[in-house]
Amino acid sequence: MTARRVAITGIGVLAPGGIGTKNFWNLLSEGRTATRGITFFDPAQFRSRVAAEIDFDPQAHGLGPQEIRRMDRAAQLAVVAAREAVADSGLVLDELDPYGIGVTIGSAVGATTGLDTEYNVVSDGGRLDLVDHQYAVPHLYNFLVPSSFSAEVAWAVGAQGPAGVVSTGCTSGIDSVGHAVELIREGTVDVMIAGATDAPISPITMACFDAIKATTPRNDDPAHASRPFDGTRNGFVLGEGSAVFVLEELESARRRGAHIYAEIAGYASRCNAFHMTGLRPDGAEMAEAINVALAEARLNPDAVDYINAHGSGTKQNDRHETAAFKRSLGEHAYRVPVSSIKSMVGHSLGAIGSIEIAASALAIENNVVPPTANLHTPDPECDLDYVPLTAREWRTDAVLTVGSGFGGFQSAMVLVRPERSSS
Amino acid sequence: MTSSVVVTGLGVASPNGLGTKDYWDATLGGRSGIGRISRFDPSQYPAKLAGEVSGFAAAEHLPSRLLPQTDRMTRLALVATDWALADAGVDPEQLPAYDMGVVTASSAGGFEFGQGELKKLWSMGASHVSAYQSFAWFYAVNSGQISIRNGMKGPSGVVVADQAGGLDAIAQARRLIRKGTPLIVSGGIDATVCPWGWVAQLAGGRLSTSEQPERAYVPFDAEAAGHVPGEGGAILILEDAAAARARGARVYGEIAGYGSTFDPKPGSGRESGLRRAIELALSDAQVTPSQVDVVFADAAAVPELDRIEAAALNAVFGPRGVPVTAPKTMTGRLSSGGAPLDLAAALLAIGDGVIPPTTNVAPDEGYELDLVTGRPRPAAVRVALVVARGEGGFNSAVVVRAAD
Amino acid sequence: MSEQQFTRSDLTRILLEGAGAEEGVDLNGDILDADFEELGYESLALLETGGRIEREYGISLDDTALTDVHTPRQLIELVNGQLLAAA
Repeated sequence: MTARRVAITGIGVLAPGGIGTKNFWNLLSEGRTATRGITFFDPAQFRSRVAAEIDFDPQAHGLGPQEIRRMDRAAQLAVVAAREAVADSGLVLDELDPYGIGVTIGSAVGATTGLDTEYNVVSDGGRLDLVDHQYAVPHLYNFLVPSSFSAEVAWAVGAQGPAGVVSTGCTSGIDSVGHAVELIREGTVDVMIAGATDAPISPITMACFDAIKATTPRNDDPAHASRPFDGTRNGFVLGEGSAVFVLEELESARRRGAHIYAEIAGYASRCNAFHMTGLRPDGAEMAEAINVALAEARLNPDAVDYINAHGSGTKQNDRHETAAFKRSLGEHAYRVPVSSIKSMVGHSLGAIGSIEIAASALAIENNVVPPTANLHTPDPECDLDYVPLTAREWRTDAVLTVGSGFGGFQSAMVLVRPERSSS
Repeated sequence: MTSSVVVTGLGVASPNGLGTKDYWDATLGGRSGIGRISRFDPSQYPAKLAGEVSGFAAAEHLPSRLLPQTDRMTRLALVATDWALADAGVDPEQLPAYDMGVVTASSAGGFEFGQGELKKLWSMGASHVSAYQSFAWFYAVNSGQISIRNGMKGPSGVVVADQAGGLDAIAQARRLIRKGTPLIVSGGIDATVCPWGWVAQLAGGRLSTSEQPERAYVPFDAEAAGHVPGEGGAILILEDAAAARARGARVYGEIAGYGSTFDPKPGSGRESGLRRAIELALSDAQVTPSQVDVVFADAAAVPELDRIEAAALNAVFGPRGVPVTAPKTMTGRLSSGGAPLDLAAALLAIGDGVIPPTTNVAPDEGYELDLVTGRPRPAAVRVALVVARGEGGFNSAVVVRAAD
Repeated sequence: MSEQQFTRSDLTRILLEGAGAEEGVDLNGDILDADFEELGYESLALLETGGRIEREYGISLDDTALTDVHTPRQLIELVNGQLLAAA
């Protein structure tokens, strides 16, 4: 029996500056940035006042009034992305056994925005210790437990296989898809609707990152505030968004003549067991995750054509990650193009891993490596080829995408061009 | 042939007992941990009862460096992990770091910690929010802190599926062990007994408003009218069976089967996916319904949900075809911690040859269940089924089996 | 407010509240010139400590000043300098 393999056959993306896969890819390939001064609330009291916001009108994307009421913004984004992915795949889910379709949605912070807003109301501006249940929205439980996100997606697509939320902080978007890949490989399901969502641009999120100075205070130049791998970088720019995929068992996708963006050939996750927010500079655990993911994909390190980096734009992350690439890929780390799309769409916490998988698949599809925007000033500690400012035409058969997050999670995924993977 | 995965250590933090022995003694003795909420004054709320973990002094168990940065659920999880590792006879320092991982379930993260920071934010301003808020309240916190405290660098994870997530975590742990990681710490602990958590729970619409602890949570009873929420749960040490045998570990039992489904959209008129989840778990374990010695029910205590569960069990096992129990009538429903605690109870039932009781329930005969009520029932238990459902339509089932 | 002083005992109290103490470290011992790292306080603990000092004393510690502080004595001097400037 040959091992079951997994293909991406549908992509749905809602990213800052790029709603829909086409708009998203245009933004990336043109090297434009979607970061701006916060408009969702008055940011005057915050140290960091920039974000990558989506101009999202849920009604225009087909959500009904009751759906909008009962869903946090993160769930709304996921449902729209899932519908877009299914439409893109050409798969008619109604014709399949619903128990053969599963759902995994990644999210780092769940319904933070909804909880933040509702707490302000039930506590009457923080005045009441014994918060008043009579002012709570009826769907507050959906905000308390974010598995409501995967329930909404499952209802939207008619899935009845295994469903759940994967919440490993900022690697959630990779781990959610990695989990889905396992479920298809082991034969539990044939189709997964998998991806991630987060909509964290809210006062409590800005405040908690202010407190650890993780977000950039570059408020005077919001469009150029996200500066991964640049010598002047001083923190990430918070973003929001969702990417959801239709994943199918490769052979059955081929049989139905589906368009296959990429095969997900390898995945691994490790923990640094070091610190909830800190990283050891050597990048050893991320390197281990990369090595294991490459081994699973049966690729040598020098077969990697592009690294879609975590590249958050904090001092410690970009250094840590650069070390991890050198440690895992050796000399090839200096030859392979590396870029961070967070320079353009910000860091949407748990969602970004899936958005970066989308970018990786599209890099394979288009043979174009998206750039790292805003990269002008070299940093001696970040001495790889980060594809500054402009996209590069580049034969891209195998992409490594990585994530690193609070809690110490380090994840790596390998995507390959489908032709290459045909046996 | 996939390798089998066994449980070698238990760490319990339950409303009716702190530590495995206290919990099991209380459970067999029919002692409940449900009472009027003591942590805050619940007078103004329609529901006033909870299962609170009492007698837990975190400072006696954890270094002071960890206390300011941890929610109650994380402190309970760290201590339960310490107990589970000690119970398993595992010293993490003696094992290769990449050979150990952590997969926990969460439902609400460090909600009480978040409550405190939200209050500071909205009453005093953003600069009053703690540096620890960025991780103390998020869903991944327990897996991260357990991994750091114990030096575990292997594949890890966090799943959220409300009450069903507790079983999904165990299944993911088993998957990782089968892929080659010898030991995974798994299970779940939740703790949302704080005003903000309470208001969010109330919005779910499934809480009992009874003020009598012995009548408030009575699943499969004609008077069932919602549940009592509780805090706590269990942490389990899962190991590759061959590795556990090689080190001479005591084995509680095998995680033999798992199935998971999702319900059709409400209003579709189609059957719940619960029966299918149970069938998948039995098939995965390669056991027939007649080989199952006891079912630990989800026991929602919402009449419609009790009907669905009874119908699923009767479709698989036949009316009164298998003993069914719900010791969670003594703890309340513990969110993601509930099913891991039921798994611990199932494994202890296997070891002691006894089925723990469902307390306070006068079974509605219409459900046609052989509900074990009142006192423990002696029985040779080799195979047990644990069922868990999460709000929204999540159904999961796990089969545990006595080790040979 | 002009008389306000930030003392060693203030620092000890705030450290304990905000970050606890590493096992085996006596904050009442000879620690004034010890490196915070040696005392078991990493940058996260110092950020929490800095935030608590800022709120309690109504001062603002700038980003680079805080990262340049390595010992309790330096932190006490930094805070007192800010208090004097604010007076």
